[in-house]
Amino acid sequence: MTARTASLWQFRQPSVIPGFGLALGVTLSWLILIILIPLSGLAWRSSALGWPTFWALATDQRTVNALRISFGTAFAAALVNVVFGVILAWVLVRYRFPGKRVIDAMVDLPFALPTAVAGIALTTLYAPNGWIGSLLAPLGIKIAFTPIGIVFALIFVGLPFVVRTVQPIMEEIDKEVEEAAATLGANRFQTIRRVLLPGLAPAVLTGFALAFARGVGEYGSVIFIAGNLPYISEIAPLLIVIRLEEFNYPAATAIAAVMLVISFAMLLIINTIQAWSRRRYGYGA
Amino acid sequence: MEVRVQNIRKEFSRFPALNDVSLDIRSGELIALLGPSGSGKTTLLRLIAGLESPTEGTVYFGNEDASRKTVQQRNIGFVFQHYALFRHMTVLDNVSFGLTIRPAGRRPSKADIRKRALELLDLVQLSGLEKRYPAQLSGGQRQRVALARAMAVEPNVLLLDEPFGALDAQVRKELRRWLREIHDRTGHTTVFVTHDQDEALELADRVVVMSKGKIEQIGTPDEIYDTPNSPFVFGFIGQSNILPVRVENGQLWLDDRSIGVSATGEADGPAQLYFRPHDIELLDGCGGCIAGIVTVTRRVAGTRHVELDIGATHSKVEIELPPEKVTSDHSRIAFRPTRWKLFRN
Amino acid sequence: MAHDAASHGGTGNTELVRVATSEHRLARYGLIGLALCFVGLFLVLPLAAVFTEAMRNGPGEFFTVLSDPETFSAIRLTLIVAGIAVPLNLVFGIAAAWAIAKFEFKGKAFLTTLIDLPFSVSPVISGMVFILLFGSHSLIGPWLQSHGIQILFAVPGIVLATVFVTFPFVARELIPLMQEQGTSDEEAALSLGASGWQTFWYVTLPNIKWGLLYGVLLCNARAMGEFGAVSVVSGHIRGLTNTMPLQVEILYNEYNFVAAFAVATLLALLALVTLVLKSLLEMKYSEQIAASRRH
Repeated sequence: MTARTASLWQFRQPSVIPGFGLALGVTLSWLILIILIPLSGLAWRSSALGWPTFWALATDQRTVNALRISFGTAFAAALVNVVFGVILAWVLVRYRFPGKRVIDAMVDLPFALPTAVAGIALTTLYAPNGWIGSLLAPLGIKIAFTPIGIVFALIFVGLPFVVRTVQPIMEEIDKEVEEAAATLGANRFQTIRRVLLPGLAPAVLTGFALAFARGVGEYGSVIFIAGNLPYISEIAPLLIVIRLEEFNYPAATAIAAVMLVISFAMLLIINTIQAWSRRRYGYGA
Repeated sequence: MEVRVQNIRKEFSRFPALNDVSLDIRSGELIALLGPSGSGKTTLLRLIAGLESPTEGTVYFGNEDASRKTVQQRNIGFVFQHYALFRHMTVLDNVSFGLTIRPAGRRPSKADIRKRALELLDLVQLSGLEKRYPAQLSGGQRQRVALARAMAVEPNVLLLDEPFGALDAQVRKELRRWLREIHDRTGHTTVFVTHDQDEALELADRVVVMSKGKIEQIGTPDEIYDTPNSPFVFGFIGQSNILPVRVENGQLWLDDRSIGVSATGEADGPAQLYFRPHDIELLDGCGGCIAGIVTVTRRVAGTRHVELDIGATHSKVEIELPPEKVTSDHSRIAFRPTRWKLFRN
Repeated sequence: MAHDAASHGGTGNTELVRVATSEHRLARYGLIGLALCFVGLFLVLPLAAVFTEAMRNGPGEFFTVLSDPETFSAIRLTLIVAGIAVPLNLVFGIAAAWAIAKFEFKGKAFLTTLIDLPFSVSPVISGMVFILLFGSHSLIGPWLQSHGIQILFAVPGIVLATVFVTFPFVARELIPLMQEQGTSDEEAALSLGASGWQTFWYVTLPNIKWGLLYGVLLCNARAMGEFGAVSVVSGHIRGLTNTMPLQVEILYNEYNFVAAFAVATLLALLALVTLVLKSLLEMKYSEQIAASRRH
């Protein structure tokens, strides 16, 4: 233990506060045991497949379609959430209206409500014989059991990510900045479009990325409403489950690896943009 | 452009922030609104800008009633205490903003906007920094960008709200002198708000002293300092001493003795005597004088400050003496104010 | 002239000023309406659907289906899993926040990223990694089998998957809070002669208790509600390895809608309680943060 603290001393700045060795020790052991070993198992398994096998599995038509559906619907849902999330955050920060506190609390519902519950509830609403679905069916609009249904489930799941990243940044907007724009002759629309929204861009981007990442991996809320038709409304996580149930571990591993690589690459890009924004403009999100 | 504020009254939820304020600002003048916090000086500035609307009263720009115009239509330049720069725009884009958002008919060409913005950056001595972002500038530089941005729209009047309030003392002093230079070169009618009397007295053509929603006095720095017309102005500007005196037959009395100062024409009765620490003469004997016991002496730069304990009421008075005049504690000093003013409650 | 000027002071002017920093009244109402519709459609209606569907055949049937022994064992398992996973991640969260917030060391940013990792991994993959690790094809699978140790399709597997998924929650809440509070309080306590544990117990913990509770609350909600990861490792053995969300799925797929929604109601109530507590905490918590900023 003493030897260990001595060696740690070199890579950290000296401090009178005790417990560094213990705290870092617990953190690293737990991290390695619970997260890193299992994840590296996945990495090892997929590299053990060999490139030709991996490529064949990853480019299988059903896999490609499932990935396309997962990423496509997650992208669409995140876009919808950006629009409505920004509006919702704006309304919550700027306006006063009855029930505002309740609405504000409700925004976190998707964080708190188990995804399976959300899934069956949304299906009940949007199925052709459901509360809303039955109103839309005569118009020829089908939501549940189509990719649109998936988008709807992912809108539910991703909404709080956008609202909760944008909201605090909006609250911090300096009233003086808006007044400055007005004194320079900008009308309200110009102030919002040219001054306020660009200032929110990093936060919006982060919210979008979080909602998108969550949507790509989402399983529970989607499988009930999706209809799960192979090639059409089958999401990648479901295909993994199906392959696992078939004991087709190589195929499951390949899909998982592709998903992880794309997700991590996205997070990396977002983080880079954030860091760049912070360096340049002195703020990020 | 000349700006006239007429009988302005402003209430914030029934609390009067300004009470019947009138002020004429001459074209090309540099004028300071000076007062403690809560005196209504910032509210007055924001009313002129159109960022607040008066409960009663009118603001004229030239002969035109500006009260009916929105802040956008008034064409003013406003510099905020915390700069309020657009942090996602470069310095150049910040300065150009007011021109680029004009409707197509009134908007100069892109090249002209750029030229004008660069000229202004040159004027505020920030040439070469036009591609920087606000986060990459120092506080003083940011405030200069804010000033350039406000001047870019050729404003009718330039309004500055505590422009140096967020800067440290050294930069403040520099910017103060520099703002005066810019003003003399460009000739914009300029109003600035400050709570710092040195700033107001050093910089402004005329100073408006405000207190509790009212204008106490308007005048040149000399007038304000040398002939304050109210106890508030006397107390707020510079150092001052107050002694309770009595007027009897045109003579001033402290306790049971005359202080050797005649106030011809003043009615008999109690009054407050105001005088500045340096407006005194020392006396040897005391036929008619104020005498006190030295309690504390302090050397402040080129003068010696002496605190005295006066008379039976133990009033505290501070006077300034030349540094070579050494006094010891508990010694006795006699003096007489040379320039003073009487106020009655 | 003065009289004339005073006459146009009223509301018209106030409206002129409002133009500067807020939107026209109609735009305001429009935006509020739009936001309310969106919240209604995507948040309120689904919640309402859960309760309505569960009560479709009256409260009698609602309570009958809930007293089913399989449902009962699902509730028990959910509580056990959360009861193990949450305290484990609580201890980890405090340790991680202590190391990251109170010290400067190389690789800190990287460590923070690693802690967030489970957020960007699909729940299904979170479960799957344990299948790859402990399954019969894995390195240690056969060894576990020969020694009669059951991890997959049993409670240990479910706990592991839940711990994986809820890993970052507590740490994530505590790190920014403790970073903001800095180290001066702890240094003061140490200079007054407090030991490390005393400093933590009497100085740090009271400063972070609301944030800590907040993190535990979110962690618990996710632990009880996790579906994807648990679904992969549980094996869906009725009465044995079904947690409440899995029970909802099974009942729903059997077209036993009332029963499915009845169990879902319990989970929805859990979510509502979480939200209420969270809002209450946020009020306290924001005061606490404001207080820490004031110092």
